[in-house]
Amino acid sequence: MNKPIRRLALFSLALFGVLLLNVTWIQAVQAQWLQDHEFNRRGAAEQFRVPRGPILVANEQIAYSELIEGSTQYQRFYPAGDLYSHPVGVFNPFGPYGVERAENSFLDGSDNRLLVRNFLDTLTGSEQKGATVALTLNPDAQQAGLEAIKNNSPSGKGAAVALDPSTGAILAAVSIPNYDPAAVSDMSDTTKSVETWDSLNSNENKPLLNRAFNELYPPGSTFKVVTAAAALENGETIDSTIDAPETLEMPNGGPALPNAFGSACNGGAPDSIAHSLERSCNTSMANWALKLGGTAMTEQAQAFGFDSGLPGVPVPVEDSHYPPPTDDNDLARSGIGQGSVQATPLQMAMVAGGIANGGQVMKPYMVSEVLGPDAAEIASTSPEVYSQAVSSSTANQLTEAMILVTEGAEGSGTGGQIPGIQVAGKTGTAEVSGAQTHNWFISFAPADDPQVAVAVVIENGGGSGGTLAAPVAKAIMEAVINE
Amino acid sequence: MSEGLTTALPPVKRRNAELVMLLLAIGITMFAMISAGLAYTGELPPSLFMYAVPFAGMALLAHVFIRFFAPYADPLLLPLATLLNGLGIAMLWRILDAPQLVPEFASEGATESSMTQLMLTAGSMVVFAGIVFFLKEPRTLQRYPYLIGLAAVVLLLLPLLPGLGFSVNGARQWINLGFTSLQPSEFAKIALVIFLAGYMVTKRDVLALVSKPIKIGPIKVLELPRMRDMAPMAAMWGFCIIVLVILMNDLGTSLLLFGTFLAMIYVATQRSSWIILGLTAFFGACALLYPFVPHFRVRMITWLDAFNPDVYCSDAVMASADEAFCKVSGTSQQLVGGLFAMGEGGILGAGLGGGEVRGIIEVQNDFIFTAFGEELGLTGVMVMLMALALLAQRGMRIALASRELFVKMFASGISFLIAFQTFVVIGGVTRVIPMTGATIPFVAKGGSALLSSWIMLALLVRMSNNARKPAPVAIQDEGATQVISR
Repeated sequence: MNKPIRRLALFSLALFGVLLLNVTWIQAVQAQWLQDHEFNRRGAAEQFRVPRGPILVANEQIAYSELIEGSTQYQRFYPAGDLYSHPVGVFNPFGPYGVERAENSFLDGSDNRLLVRNFLDTLTGSEQKGATVALTLNPDAQQAGLEAIKNNSPSGKGAAVALDPSTGAILAAVSIPNYDPAAVSDMSDTTKSVETWDSLNSNENKPLLNRAFNELYPPGSTFKVVTAAAALENGETIDSTIDAPETLEMPNGGPALPNAFGSACNGGAPDSIAHSLERSCNTSMANWALKLGGTAMTEQAQAFGFDSGLPGVPVPVEDSHYPPPTDDNDLARSGIGQGSVQATPLQMAMVAGGIANGGQVMKPYMVSEVLGPDAAEIASTSPEVYSQAVSSSTANQLTEAMILVTEGAEGSGTGGQIPGIQVAGKTGTAEVSGAQTHNWFISFAPADDPQVAVAVVIENGGGSGGTLAAPVAKAIMEAVINE
Repeated sequence: MSEGLTTALPPVKRRNAELVMLLLAIGITMFAMISAGLAYTGELPPSLFMYAVPFAGMALLAHVFIRFFAPYADPLLLPLATLLNGLGIAMLWRILDAPQLVPEFASEGATESSMTQLMLTAGSMVVFAGIVFFLKEPRTLQRYPYLIGLAAVVLLLLPLLPGLGFSVNGARQWINLGFTSLQPSEFAKIALVIFLAGYMVTKRDVLALVSKPIKIGPIKVLELPRMRDMAPMAAMWGFCIIVLVILMNDLGTSLLLFGTFLAMIYVATQRSSWIILGLTAFFGACALLYPFVPHFRVRMITWLDAFNPDVYCSDAVMASADEAFCKVSGTSQQLVGGLFAMGEGGILGAGLGGGEVRGIIEVQNDFIFTAFGEELGLTGVMVMLMALALLAQRGMRIALASRELFVKMFASGISFLIAFQTFVVIGGVTRVIPMTGATIPFVAKGGSALLSSWIMLALLVRMSNNARKPAPVAIQDEGATQVISR
């Protein structure tokens, strides 16, 4: 009977062998993956015992931590209320969102670049502190944008982004509906904070979504700027003309494409690119897309940043899409920003910013610098060229045409005018099947020396870009210029 | 049994070696408590002596007892059991008692204390001593195999009685005795091993030799037992599947009992056809039952697909209104939470008291292993696994060294039970196999589990003593009378 006992002994040893191999796998190999897993909420409690560094906007602390009396935990404060809830986010047990998450390793002091300092702190017995993160946001522009969009959005939904065209610095990033970070990070009543978070999380209007960076909309007529850019880059001038009838028969059949204003764009004659942009002519721009072809259109869209990725904002940004058109109908629709074209407000601000900056798109960024606890600079962002989207001559011609949008006799975006300052803009009203239209406005000002480029979308506004979105853009631009 | 001679152990006592290792085991336990106390309050635990003195005293008493009543017992058994039991108490103290010392972590109305576990250990050790003392010859148990088999069945069925039995976490394996509650399956498994050992010793020739070859053409593929010899296998299978899985939802006990049964029939007959037959029947039944036993299906899905957001219930799934798997059936949060704890521990661990083990669901029971993983790290759980492996291997060695068939069967059955039970629990929480719910021998909280562990240890101690003690020497002065060993 000893042979089967020996085998049984070996088998039970093998069982332990399997367990030993498996725990080795989990704790030695898989450990890092497990620690970084998105479901992993461990360490959450520990995070509240770290004196987290503040976040600055224009040298004001808009988020800071203070020790709770009689406890080892810290309470995060957001003195500006809901103003910065997008894009800064909130630091709470569900994980920090926005800048709070993206810059977490600096804010909680765990970043390698703080290692030496932390080590010295340990030696001297002083408390380890997180770093300070300074943002590029302009408080006046952010405030003006939030107020204006709240007043102008009938649906209560929408977003706006403002950039400094010459650097790519994000000056304002507004998204509504938003929320009060204090209500979801109150350590004195965590149950209520959790309940509030849960109700926000399940709210059908998605108040936790930063629409400025992470929601995709059909850009509608604002995309005509990209179509016009493609034409100019392919040998046309702003005065080149193309057929601009009242309605355009689709190449592969189906419902004809009409103009929004219900007539031909140039009295039935071929229309110039400049005039087509001014009036926002659908048929001529669809014809341009058909003439240029899918490849030229795709290349131009990608040159502005579509489908190209935007790391280091540092908040995650959804990729905008210009998928290669599947057929001519799709190509025609893509020329006016419909079909399968989708863009974030940030992407359309980059389009405006690229034209404002002589054709050079700057890489958008929101963190200007990171300061150590002793105010020494640890990291800073210097402006980087993202792409040369168009030549400077193309940019100049497009600027002239976009000025007509706000100032021309037939301009569709006169709501974006600022007294005494030339504004270049483009309206957009994107059709959405089964819902109200999205209303867009992209612009930059002053046209001869741009300081700010803006994109505004009013989600399901049901009006026009000129009436709903342009005033928001105007408010933001004024706030930046009148500083 | 000519081969028995070659496997016999030398008749040495090794009691001093046992004492040294026992002191080491007690020392490790005390250091564990001190380390946890220091991590929480920065000072020695105020109740250290309340634990150290009784625990060390009990273990040393058990040692002295063995010195007198089982002097030839294997010297590793008691220290290994003491180490595992002590680490269990230290971890429970760290989970249940240490946080109460710090106002910030204290939870109001917390009544559970590891002191209960210490007292249960004391009680278990008394039973341990009683068995070692009274059961001078384990082979006497061979006399009543059917009675003991009946007892095993009754114990297993007790939780099904209305009014007496109740369910914990879905599995109906508890009975309420008014003053305390018991998990009779913990004792039934030992009774079952006794029954199987006795039964198979008498029936092994029939089970081993009579066979019906299955041929494909002229080639013999498999030798199957005759139909009527399959009755015990069929009964065991039916019991494990119908009663334990379907009626009681007790997957862990079912797997444990059937595995032990297969191991013992293999030891008795040395025929692999029994194992093939048994595994086919068991897994076949599992596959058939899969669509009909929801509890079983949940365990399978949470095992295979643990990191799927729909199974785990991620924030996004929780926020959405759809009928995700986890909202309807059950989540893998417990399993994944345990893995996160182990991942956090890494190789060296966070140190006792340094982790967040109180967040693990069921941390005092099945998932105590993941708490060790987090706080003692890979190093610590390897030590624990080696201690358990060593315990099972020493048991197997006793089976090899024993001279009687019944004792060989009995010792190997008990040893395999220890090994397989460890595999089922720890394999379950570390995602080697589906989670079934069972307890790590000696470590996990609970009186029934602890008591049954110490009963198994008592049996091994007694059997090892008898296997090693020197054969009686004839006293030549008294003429031809031979002394018979009792």
